[in-house]
Amino acid sequence: MIEVRNLTKRYGDKLAVDDISFSVEKGEILGFLGPNGAGKSTTMNMLTGYISSTSGQILINGADILEDPITAKSNIGYLPEIPPLYVDMTVDAYLGFMYDLKRCKLPRKAHLNDVCNLCKISGVRNRIIRNLSKGYRQRVGLAQALINNPPVLILDEPTVGLDPNQIIEIRTLIRKLGKNHTVILSSHILPEIQAVCDKIIIINKGVIAANGTADEIARSLTNEHKMTLRIEGSTHTAADKQEITNAIKALGGVKYVRADMEREKGIYDYDVEAEEKTDIRRAINDLCRKKGWNILMLQLSDLTLEDIFLKITMGDAASPAGAASAKPAGPRLDLKIENGELVAAEKGSDTPEQKNELMTEESAADMDKSDTDDTTESEENGGEE
Amino acid sequence: MGAIYRREMGAYFISGAAYVFLAVFALLFGIFFYNGVIGSGTTETSAMFSSMFIFVLFLIPILTMRLLSEEKKNRTDQGLLTAPVGLWSIVLGKYFAALTLFVIAESLVFIYSIILAVLGDVVWSTLLGNYFAMLFLGAAFIAVGLFISALTENQMAAAVASMIVLFMLYLLDSLSANISNEYIKKILSSLSFYSRYVEFTQGVFNLTSVLFFLSAAFLFNFFTVRVLDKRRWG
Repeated sequence: MIEVRNLTKRYGDKLAVDDISFSVEKGEILGFLGPNGAGKSTTMNMLTGYISSTSGQILINGADILEDPITAKSNIGYLPEIPPLYVDMTVDAYLGFMYDLKRCKLPRKAHLNDVCNLCKISGVRNRIIRNLSKGYRQRVGLAQALINNPPVLILDEPTVGLDPNQIIEIRTLIRKLGKNHTVILSSHILPEIQAVCDKIIIINKGVIAANGTADEIARSLTNEHKMTLRIEGSTHTAADKQEITNAIKALGGVKYVRADMEREKGIYDYDVEAEEKTDIRRAINDLCRKKGWNILMLQLSDLTLEDIFLKITMGDAASPAGAASAKPAGPRLDLKIENGELVAAEKGSDTPEQKNELMTEESAADMDKSDTDDTTESEENGGEE
Repeated sequence: MGAIYRREMGAYFISGAAYVFLAVFALLFGIFFYNGVIGSGTTETSAMFSSMFIFVLFLIPILTMRLLSEEKKNRTDQGLLTAPVGLWSIVLGKYFAALTLFVIAESLVFIYSIILAVLGDVVWSTLLGNYFAMLFLGAAFIAVGLFISALTENQMAAAVASMIVLFMLYLLDSLSANISNEYIKKILSSLSFYSRYVEFTQGVFNLTSVLFFLSAAFLFNFFTVRVLDKRRWG
């Protein structure tokens, strides 16, 4: 239905959209997710033919948006970031204008009634748009996009400025529309995309950072097997912690083990990371059974969409090594903050260069420590908390 | 084109611009008619029409200033440019709306020619020629104003710039009179809107002048289309 190939948009030196390709099938709802300024609106403006692309091709229902704009545009209903409303007109007059502008052939009165009912603006049809609230204006914008029943709907941040009830209504409406239309929806709000979309494209700094369903994206980013275990040792003391850590580390395929906080009396949590595509859950279970320990909890650390979004947009995805080091969540991050505080305390006596050196040396030392001597580190950590 | 034309016509009357334009136009025309024609006890309207040039020049921007600048400012151009219509339809829809209003204004003041016909003998060919001259002039000026409106987001800037540009066109004649170089003089005077217009008002029907005004209208509408197209590529 929509096919985008190697789309690029350049503003002077600035590359707003850099070589993105994707396709959307009929009846799919595609979510465009990205921080502000990522290139979402630019892409949507290109898709709808409002601005041209520097290079690349866009096909809407087989028609090229630049070669055959009229055919392509007649397949699109577009709700831009700021709804294109003539504020001096009444809702009815405006929708009538859009009906004429789009050369709609559907029965006029019935079609406009349908659209108004769908967007719940039947009650304000005789009011002048200037006097409508933001939420109603947004709905009139949506109604305008729906006129002529276009097979493709492109909605740029459709829920901005709506109250929570209206947001839910609009989401429900979009899902409903998604059954008969192909919908592209942009947002910087994660739950929205997650709630509504079949497929997600995460765009950052003009490039596609991830593309697929929420699950696919999560899977593609987490090929390491990570889990958090809560194991009850035999003695309920800190000695358990050492023993268990060492025993798990001795298992084949384990990359990394770290004892975490004491969650229950004398029982600790352990962050375990196995080598890629290795499932060590059974091995750990066997180990515990042999030693007489009890596994009280085993949790695979799946990334939520939020984690993915942060991970991608903070630039971690660019370097897999960076991602790996940033990932072990919780305490290790705390440690970094601890470092920061440490450095901050010494700020007065050091020149900036020295401070930087100090910081890198220290954090490097901490990294080493965390790899070699987990126990002491987590003890420090536990003490802190 | 029809949808845009109808919306613009509606907008003229909703915003009041139409009433301002029509009122000022009728007022000025009335004053000149009273002073220049009735006051002098003549049915000769050429002098009146030739002095109307400068007022048309200042009145046309009232019609054109808003046409495209407001669309850009309110981002409603996104609705137009993503709708399945061509750029020519958008530009011509707006152009003909402004032109229609100008025709309405001229029809309003046509009543004076009827008054003249009742009071004395009129040469209808000259009189009608005068009205048509003004129509052709308006057609060209509206295209210029529309073009300038496409260049800015600020309608006041569009109005002022249009007035200045149209006034420069008016000054072309006096400019060419002071130039010694024959070729430049010839080029400037052949570009003159004023001398062609005055020729009309004196009852000379010159097909080249008609073509001149119509080509000016076409050319500036073409420029407007290019401006919209360029914005898309920018």
